[in-house]
Amino acid sequence: MLRHAWAVAAKDLLVEFRSRTAILSVAVFVVLVLVVFNFGRDPTAVSNIDLAPSILWVTFTFAAILALNRAFQIELENQALEGLLLAPIDRGSIYLGKLIANLLFVVTIEVIGLPLVALFFNVQVLLAPLVLVIALATVGFVAVGTLFSAMTVRTRFAELLLPVLLLPFMILPLTWAVQATVRLLAARPLSEIAGWLNMLAVYDIVFLALALLLFSATVTE
Amino acid sequence: MLQAEGLRHHFGPVRALDDISFTVQPGQTLAVFGPNGAGKTTLLKVLAGLIQPQQGRAHVAGGRRAIGWIGHQPQLYGQLTVLENLRFWASLYDVHVPADLIARLGLEDHANRPVRALSRGLVQRVAIARALVHDPTVLLLDEPFTGLDRIAAEALSRLLAQHAAAGRATVLVTHNVEEGTGLATDVAFMRAGRFVHFAPRAGRGAQQVADEYRRAIA
Repeated sequence: MLRHAWAVAAKDLLVEFRSRTAILSVAVFVVLVLVVFNFGRDPTAVSNIDLAPSILWVTFTFAAILALNRAFQIELENQALEGLLLAPIDRGSIYLGKLIANLLFVVTIEVIGLPLVALFFNVQVLLAPLVLVIALATVGFVAVGTLFSAMTVRTRFAELLLPVLLLPFMILPLTWAVQATVRLLAARPLSEIAGWLNMLAVYDIVFLALALLLFSATVTE
Repeated sequence: MLQAEGLRHHFGPVRALDDISFTVQPGQTLAVFGPNGAGKTTLLKVLAGLIQPQQGRAHVAGGRRAIGWIGHQPQLYGQLTVLENLRFWASLYDVHVPADLIARLGLEDHANRPVRALSRGLVQRVAIARALVHDPTVLLLDEPFTGLDRIAAEALSRLLAQHAAAGRATVLVTHNVEEGTGLATDVAFMRAGRFVHFAPRAGRGAQQVADEYRRAIA
């Protein structure tokens, strides 16, 4: 299962590497949003530490949605999705492959965005617990987003439908991630964020398991 | 090798399959002719397991691993080269790309070109190579000659003849009676989700089958 998943992920990444359309457009989006927030804020009204967590997560969330929209679009181009479904592989491996490719894609966006957040808002982002918070939240919303991307890809308004379906499921992990980020940037003790980390880990496990169970039914006509 | 029993499927009010039953034995090539919207593609998708029929069952000996599919679309990735595409699909079947496959389809000079840079005829040849990459025992073909030039069409006909001679089964659906009849051992006419004719070809030529087809679906 993992070998087939990696084959799907490697193919997706190679397709993206060759075209570079999605990564470039999302990277431009991330830079643009952070630049606009940077010049639009009044540092005397709200402190950087209060503002940075919300801006960081709003940017990552919408950049991830842009990325997730393309996850199954490349399979529709020549009806390659039917070929994947016809292959004698566990359909869960298709989901896992897409998940791996989407995670690497979103992580790339986060690697671009984090230094800009540090630069514009003068906050310390190279903290191991913050990396853990970002990793856990990213796995959660990419796991759900990959499933919804498969659900919506054959609909007429997939690009509109995906955020409508996905955002309600992202409210909880985003709330926990923002709360944890606020405390980490304010140099509060780690014990204060342990609860949020646990919640994020449980969310990841529950939604990964559900997505693996539901994926096959989602893509079957 | 391939068996369909009482297949029924509706898309809302549209009856796509209505009590379709047949078997295809090793070495048999069933050509299904029908106008647009007759249910031909739905039938192939049900046989392939891509659509679960609302009633009835379809069984292919060997399951999904045994099936090779050539459809309306090539199921290829435009940004990848011919070889990268074939390697990817082969990896999903846990096989390597057969050494002679690219040569058999006349793709040697195009193996390292991205699929998006190929002509429609060449893309269709790559799609045929993709369908054959795991040496399937049952071929399901949906309008396989669409977009092929004369050379590629002849190469496909030769491959299908070899496939049948090796004791393998083929189901071919098309609205073009002339191009499908030559390969068929059995012929079916489909209208509004039903087989209105199903019989061995028994030496009938393309013209005779075409005349019978026109009368049957009129």
